[in-house]
Formats: sequence, structure tokens, C-alpha cells
Amino acid sequence: MTSERPKARTPYSGGASPASRRDKLRRKVGDNVLGYAFMAAGIACFALFSWYPLVRGVILSFQQVNFVTDPIWVGFDNFKAIFDDPLFYTAWWNTLKFTVLALILGYLVPFAIAVILNEIRHFKGFFRIAIYLPVMLPPIVVVLLWKFFYDPGNGLFNTVLSFLHLPTSDWTQSPKMSMISLVLVSTWANMGGATIMYLAALQNIPGELYEAAELEGASVWQRLRHITIPQMRFIMLVLLLLQIVATMQVFIEPYQLTGTTNPDTITVMVLIYRYAFTVNNDFGLAAAMSVLLFIVLGVFSAVYLRVTRDQD
Amino acid sequence: MTSDTRTLISGTDLNRRRNKVIYYTVLTVLMITFVVVFFFPFYWMVTGAVKHPAELVRPTPTFIPESWHWDTYKLAWDQLNIAHFFLNTLYYSIGGWFVQLLVDVTAAYALSKLKPVGGKLILGGMLASLMLPAAALLVPAYLTVTDVPIFGWNLLNSPWALWLPGAANAFNIYVLKRFFDQIPNDLLDSASMDGAGRVRVLWHIVLPLSRPVLAVVSIFAVIGMWKDFLWPLLVLQDPDAQTLSVALSRLSATNQVPLTEMLAGLVIASIPMIVVFMVFQRSILGGLQAGSLKG
Repeated sequence: MTSERPKARTPYSGGASPASRRDKLRRKVGDNVLGYAFMAAGIACFALFSWYPLVRGVILSFQQVNFVTDPIWVGFDNFKAIFDDPLFYTAWWNTLKFTVLALILGYLVPFAIAVILNEIRHFKGFFRIAIYLPVMLPPIVVVLLWKFFYDPGNGLFNTVLSFLHLPTSDWTQSPKMSMISLVLVSTWANMGGATIMYLAALQNIPGELYEAAELEGASVWQRLRHITIPQMRFIMLVLLLLQIVATMQVFIEPYQLTGTTNPDTITVMVLIYRYAFTVNNDFGLAAAMSVLLFIVLGVFSAVYLRVTRDQD
Repeated sequence: MTSDTRTLISGTDLNRRRNKVIYYTVLTVLMITFVVVFFFPFYWMVTGAVKHPAELVRPTPTFIPESWHWDTYKLAWDQLNIAHFFLNTLYYSIGGWFVQLLVDVTAAYALSKLKPVGGKLILGGMLASLMLPAAALLVPAYLTVTDVPIFGWNLLNSPWALWLPGAANAFNIYVLKRFFDQIPNDLLDSASMDGAGRVRVLWHIVLPLSRPVLAVVSIFAVIGMWKDFLWPLLVLQDPDAQTLSVALSRLSATNQVPLTEMLAGLVIASIPMIVVFMVFQRSILGGLQAGSLKG
């Protein structure tokens, strides 16, 4: 890219240029005008659909809204009302249950699978594609398909279980199993993403570390414990935070498989949906609940952003 | 993806006979498990749709359909109006992709190369939105869409209700800006010396160089639009405007749809995503890794 001509103007690298001061100034002004013209649409989208709703959500949580008169300020009444709602505690408890179960399955299993897949020297592409395939499906397809499998009457799962002379289950329709059923669907649909990310991190572990350990006479288990897992610490933390934030927002599984009225599976998002759109039609209550969810998730998000920023 | 990178277990380890046996046992078990767990549900969905309705609900399921009714797909396409919802979703995806690229590329280019005053602050504000879980903004965002401030639009049942919030995508802007930052300024200088303006430099130099990142952003934009459920459920309440996902949810709740046609609908909804995956698997799996490890 060497050009023989003398450098006349270097607007991008801002190198020394013999251009007159006025030229420079004009270009700076021009860049600012054009820059803001280019950013206008982006800024508008963020302002209208991200920044403003955030402020509005907080304001809403202190208001009573009906669409006839202006909103009325009600102070902490919305928060008092949801704290008095027994479903509030049910929803948080269910969400916690879902998150913990989903982490046990969806956090540790992909790690184990990734470690094993990383050692496999055949059909690498096949394994990657297979595990990521469900991630590509629209979530509604996944839950409706599993609805068929879970069917207590003659769904596939119970048929296979009874064929093997194992006890069958009512799956989504039994109080004991309903939450686990939701976690199973969700894990099947989402584990591919975590596995692929773990695999990428495993590929980045320098081979010399393993070689050195081998020369020292470390067994495979020792190598796993002292090299693989410490090297994976960062990505494991990142995925832990990401998964907590994602699983706490669970909605479609309970919405579609167990309904929004089933106390065994009402999650925080389902309750927000009920407050706003079905049972209460009260946006103030829903906003108050959203603010609480935002505070809880905001902690994890903030930690995530801190952790990943230090990496850069 | 070199196959000879050193991993946990070395080649010499594997060459011992006992370990070879273990390796091939693990490989076989893994293969069978993956086929059963990840491919069989697809097989069951595709073949379940072509069974006779009576065969589908039989207590002992059949592995291979006894009779093949491929016309179930056609019935679902026509009678359930899957065609209409499919085209809706396609239209929303393509439009959403275009709006996202237009808005996010221009913003990222301005932030990366034009560096207007206050750009850093604006970028910070955009990235801060990554901290906002979509769920927590659901209710106020819905109210905003029903009555957009300043403009006073009601976007319910309009594609713009999906497109405009979709364009407020900090991840896109972050990834694009980082890529543009890596394009050497000298290269752009030599172009502007030839008299090309800022816009032409973007169009003729920056964008052609950015093909890989544009591909990843595009693919994820389309996938996101196609997979979205809760937001379209709220803002597209008119059955005529619904996406395929929302329509399938509504149809399944009516209990009046034959199960075989329901399955056919699920298959039809999956096909575009599977095709996208098969064609762009490298970019998708690679983009995922780049996103997770931040370059």
C-alpha cells in the first residue's frame, strides 16, 4: 500500500499533514456532522427501545396505570401488593429451583461432554453439528415436540419406560416431575451452545502443558485436575454467569408445557406476564416485579461484564 | 481445528492396546447416544407427520410409518395456513436483518472511524444495555411500542415493532466496531486521497473487507428473528400478522388441529433454520466461539 505521491491529507490516521488549519477544522466539523448523521438511527433505536423503557419501567413501578386517566403515583403500593401475593414467593422459589436444576444439568454436563469430545479423533464435525442442532430450532418447536414425548397416556417416554419395565411418570402433569421436565427440555435445547464454547476453550490450552505434565508422570486424572480445569476457569465463570441470567428468565417452557396457572411451575417471568397481560392487567404490578428481577439479574450481568472486560 | 493439537490424552497413551479398546468403546457409545438423543427427535417429528393420525396415537409407537401420508405436509401448509405464517416470518426476518445491518453498520462505522465528539459515551450507553435482561424490560418496552414517545406511533401488529427494537443491538455494534477498528487507517487514507468521501470509503473499502463479520452478524440476526417468541407473542396479537412460532403456539392451544398436521407444522418451522445451519455451520459455530472469547 505504498503510494509514491506526497501525503496530502490523512483524514483517518490523523498523521501530520500540510493541510491548512482551516481545512482540518472543516474536516473535523464534517466528521462530527456525518458521524452523528450515521449514528442517529442507532441512537434513536437505543433511546426509544432500551434506555427509555428502563427509566419508564422504574417510574411505572411506582404508578398505577389505567389507559383512561393519567397515571397515579402510588409510592411503594405496587411493591407492597406483590410482597403480599403468595404467588410472588412461589414464583421466586420455582425460578430458583429451575435455575439450580438447569445448572446441575446444563452447566456440568456440557463441560464433561466437551472434555470427552476434545479427545475424540473421529467424526469431530458430526458431534458438533449433532449437539448444536437443537439450538437452531425455534424454541416453540422444541417444547411442542417434547409435549408429544411427555404425553402421560402414550407419549414416547412412557412407552419406552414401560417397554423396559421401568416406572412411568406423568412428567409435566405431576407436581413432583413438572419442574424437572421443564429443565430437561430446556437443557436439551440449549446445551449445544455451552458445549461448543467449552470446546473452543479446550482447543486453546497449550499442548506443552500436557506434555510437561506427562513427563512428570502425571496421570490422566491429574492432568485433568491440575491443567484442564484451572485453564478453563475463566470460560467456566463466564458461562456460569450467562446461564444464571438466561435460566432465570425462563418463560416459554412453563408457558407452553404446564400453563401459566400451575403453581408448581409459575416462574418470575410467567408471573410478570400474568400481572401485565392476563390475570391482573396491571402494568404497575408487572413493572414492580420486573424491577426486582432486573436488580437480581443486574448483579450477575455486572459481574459478567467486569470479568469479560478484564480479559480484553 | 488441527487434529494434531496435543490434548489431555497423548497419542502414545492411545496407542496402548487396552486404551485403544477403551477409546473405540467410548466413541461407539458416544455415537449411538448422540444419534438417539439429538437426531432421533428430528426423525420422529418428520416421520410422525406422515403417519396416519390413528397410527400416531397408538399406545405402541411405530418406528417406521406403516402408511406414508406425505400430503399431511400439504394439508398443514394450506389448511392451517402455515404458508401465510411462514411467509410472515420470512418477511420479518429479511426486514429485520436489513434494518439491523443498516442501523448498526452505520453506527459502528461512525464510532470506529469518524469518532465524533461524545462517541465513547454513546458507545458506553449502548454497551450498558447488554446488562439489561430483555425480560426485565418487557413491560415498559411493550408500552413504548403501543405509543412511541415523540413520534406517537402505535406499532402493535406492525413489523416495525420487531425491527426497531431489534436494531438496538449492542452486541452487533460492539462486534462490528471492533472489526472496523482493525482495518488500518492508512488504507482508508489512500482511498480518501483519491478523492473518495467517507460514505464511499465505507461502501467500497470497509464493507468488502468486513465480509466475515457481516456474515456472522447477518446469520445471527436471521436466527434471532426466527427463534423469537415472547416479544412477537405480545406485539403481534392480530392472528393475521403473527409469526410462525406464535401461530403454532396458538394452534396447539385450540386442540382442534390433527396431531399429524401439528407435527408437520413443527417440521416446516424447523426447515429454514436447519438449512441455514447446514450452509453456514462454520460461521455459526465459529462466531459462537469468537463471541464467547471476545475475539
